[in-house]
Amino acid sequence: MATVYDIKVLGEWDARIREQVQAFGLDCFPQEFELCDHNQMLGYMAYSGMPSHYPHWSYGKAYEKLKTLYDYGVSGLPYEMVINANPALAYLMRDNSLLLQILTIAHVYGHNDFFKNNFNFRSTRPEFTLGSFKAHGSRVRAYIEDPSIGIERVEHLLDAAHAVSLQCRRNLAVRKRTAEEERQQVLEAAQPPDDPFQSIHRRRAYVEPDLRRVPLVPDADLLLFIRDHNRYLGDWEKDLLTIVHEEAQYFIPQIETKIMNEGWATYWHKRILDNLRLPAEMQLEFIVRHNQVVRPFPQGLNPYHVGLRLWEDLRRRYDEPTSEEAEALGPTRPTGTQQLFEVREADRDVSFLRRHLTETLMRELHLFAYEPKGEDIVITKVPDKDGWRDVKETLLKNVGMRGIPVIHVQDADYNHTRTLYLVHAHDGRDLHLEYAEKTLSYLHRLWQHDVALETVVNGRRSLLVFTDRGFSSKALK
Amino acid sequence: MATSETVFRPFRAVDAGRSDRSAGDRLRHRQKVRQSIRENIADIIAEESIIGKDRERIIKVPIRGIKEYRFVYGDNAPGVAQGAGDVERGQVIGKAEGSGQTGQDRAGDQPGVDYYETDVTLEELIEIMFEDLELPDLERKRLRELAAERTSRRKGYRQVGLRVRLDKRRTVRAKVKRRLASRHVPDHPRDDRGRFPFHQDDLTYRHVVTDLKRESNAVVLCIMDTSGSMDTMKKYLARSFFFLLYQFLVTRYQNVEIVFIAHHTQAREVTEEEFFHRGESGGTFISSGYQKALEVIAARYHPSLWNIYAFHCSDGDNFDSDNQLALRSARELAEICNLFGYGEIKPLGSRYYETSMLNIFRRLEADNFQTVLIERKEDVWPSFRAFLAKERQTAS
Repeated sequence: MATVYDIKVLGEWDARIREQVQAFGLDCFPQEFELCDHNQMLGYMAYSGMPSHYPHWSYGKAYEKLKTLYDYGVSGLPYEMVINANPALAYLMRDNSLLLQILTIAHVYGHNDFFKNNFNFRSTRPEFTLGSFKAHGSRVRAYIEDPSIGIERVEHLLDAAHAVSLQCRRNLAVRKRTAEEERQQVLEAAQPPDDPFQSIHRRRAYVEPDLRRVPLVPDADLLLFIRDHNRYLGDWEKDLLTIVHEEAQYFIPQIETKIMNEGWATYWHKRILDNLRLPAEMQLEFIVRHNQVVRPFPQGLNPYHVGLRLWEDLRRRYDEPTSEEAEALGPTRPTGTQQLFEVREADRDVSFLRRHLTETLMRELHLFAYEPKGEDIVITKVPDKDGWRDVKETLLKNVGMRGIPVIHVQDADYNHTRTLYLVHAHDGRDLHLEYAEKTLSYLHRLWQHDVALETVVNGRRSLLVFTDRGFSSKALK
Repeated sequence: MATSETVFRPFRAVDAGRSDRSAGDRLRHRQKVRQSIRENIADIIAEESIIGKDRERIIKVPIRGIKEYRFVYGDNAPGVAQGAGDVERGQVIGKAEGSGQTGQDRAGDQPGVDYYETDVTLEELIEIMFEDLELPDLERKRLRELAAERTSRRKGYRQVGLRVRLDKRRTVRAKVKRRLASRHVPDHPRDDRGRFPFHQDDLTYRHVVTDLKRESNAVVLCIMDTSGSMDTMKKYLARSFFFLLYQFLVTRYQNVEIVFIAHHTQAREVTEEEFFHRGESGGTFISSGYQKALEVIAARYHPSLWNIYAFHCSDGDNFDSDNQLALRSARELAEICNLFGYGEIKPLGSRYYETSMLNIFRRLEADNFQTVLIERKEDVWPSFRAFLAKERQTAS
């Protein structure tokens, strides 16, 4: 805390930073900063930054965990916490040094620009963010205070709903089809394809599709499906499912763009601060802080580091390509900055890494793939000539929502027993069975009847079932 | 860039003071942790390491039930991470599950990270344990009723009372005072021998109030069969049970004594060390243990002063000829004890070809007598609850 400062000083620096923001062409929502102390910061962190949120014990747990880590000095607090809202809301910790505040402000504008422009966030309706979280909070509190419902029942349902909240559609930029559109789709799919050799081929028989089937096409939104098809749920229960679903949907774009988003903000805070002509003392502190943020985590993956390197490499390839790269890009290539802005709008982590993580860069980042072998975790692939594609594929499987298993509702009335039949789209990774069992018990709680999940366990197709009598599993043929 | 100004909202200490917004959720979480301990108490108690520890000792208790489960990938899922420098194929970078977590930023929830242990002292654990024991009415009465004792205490003086409580000294002083006061009264009546007489008002009696005093002495009689058939496992189960009983009574009484009686065909009082560790051989006369207990009670723990809890652990392998005597002694014991229990320890599978005392003790009908069957360590806690429970249930 070398420098004493007040709000006015922060305002002056903010004005200088905004000049840079404008000069670079970043396009932001109006921004609001709130100064807070470390206790408030811990509180915001536990509730994903939201100034108001519905109560649930898991947030208390998150708080305890954060506080323990903080108190024992295992982890510091983040410098910055910014909410995707319009106007965007960010917190500044008042105990931080002036340089850290400047760094944070610049970083926040990077996120702000990203929230406003990346296509993933179009579905989040940022102008309603704070209001809807607040409304959710007061609705849940009303249910808790309602003597006919009470905290036990609300928690009972929320516990279960939280367990499957991320089992939902991932690409929110694509509109969900209506029931009528789904019906059309099924009918069209049932039509035999056009055959140019009709005269010599036997005409394929038309098989009438079963339009009474629920769902007509597999549904990924588990909570919404249960809300709409379990007629034993009360209105308050349906409302809670909606609330949990909406909150999960709000956070999906952030999960999907973690590396891009952090990399983008880091890239811009660096460029902005480099242009601010800081006094020497602050410049030194900036270098230290910046390097703390972007240091690689050994045996982990620091999204700030990986993201920053990717953005920097992307700009270099367009502005100062090597001769090979120039040839590959062709004569009419966009400038580096144009390319950056285009990518920040149109990509998510998976596509970003797939398109822009090069073999060379992977080697520079020292990426490797690991796998558990018996007792140990062993490095299986390194980005050499043979291995880099595999490392990249493994990486792509783990970023964003791809770290979460894909599960669809296949049938709401399996065997005419009202069993909810789910299918896990197995991609080589087995489910964690203990977790699957417990999560199925939560689904059973929500569906209020038997639930079956088809998956693959150790290479065998298996059915995990949760009924009133408990959990069982059997192999399928 | 948007045209509107950036807003800075200053820090307000008032808000900070009010901002403990997570307090309610933290409280709920802590309640959950406690509840989780309570639900798993049978498992925790069954852990060998806890038995026989002192109460200040801190125990690590794994917390289950407050994990937030989701569908996540299991052990065979590969991941990608950054190395510090050059890495090679086949290099071992950590241990699977538990220590050496790798890929701290792997997307999705990591199972295992959510699992944590909490420290509780044995004291707290016992508190949680017994909080859970909803003491039934009858049992509560049984704990308290004998704990009350009548004593008497002097409390001032009265002018009426029993002749035996007449305080002669004060009576005479009252008379002397009255005589001095009446010096100037002429013709004060005298008795026929010319003495100044006692008057009804002079009589002073000691006033005595009876007092209900809570007696908080308890004695635990641990009676165990140490015949050849009691192996280490059986002794361990018995020990767990005695441990619980002792801990429970310590929470209820100020002064708890413990007596160890080991018996085979003969019984003797032994130290704790001998009780649990010294194996003996030979046959079994259960009655001998009960007779010894009765002797000890008669000699040192009179039922009017002591709350007596007796518990007997055996594998039920008694000599047939002793059964009648054992039943008779048990009945006697039941009469003077607050609670008397018999635990038959038969590790699973053995009970079908061995004789059992459960059938014989079924004939003993006393409200404060209870039989339980302990087959494995998980049974200890339920049996203990059953022992203290109101309704008498024969072990199945």
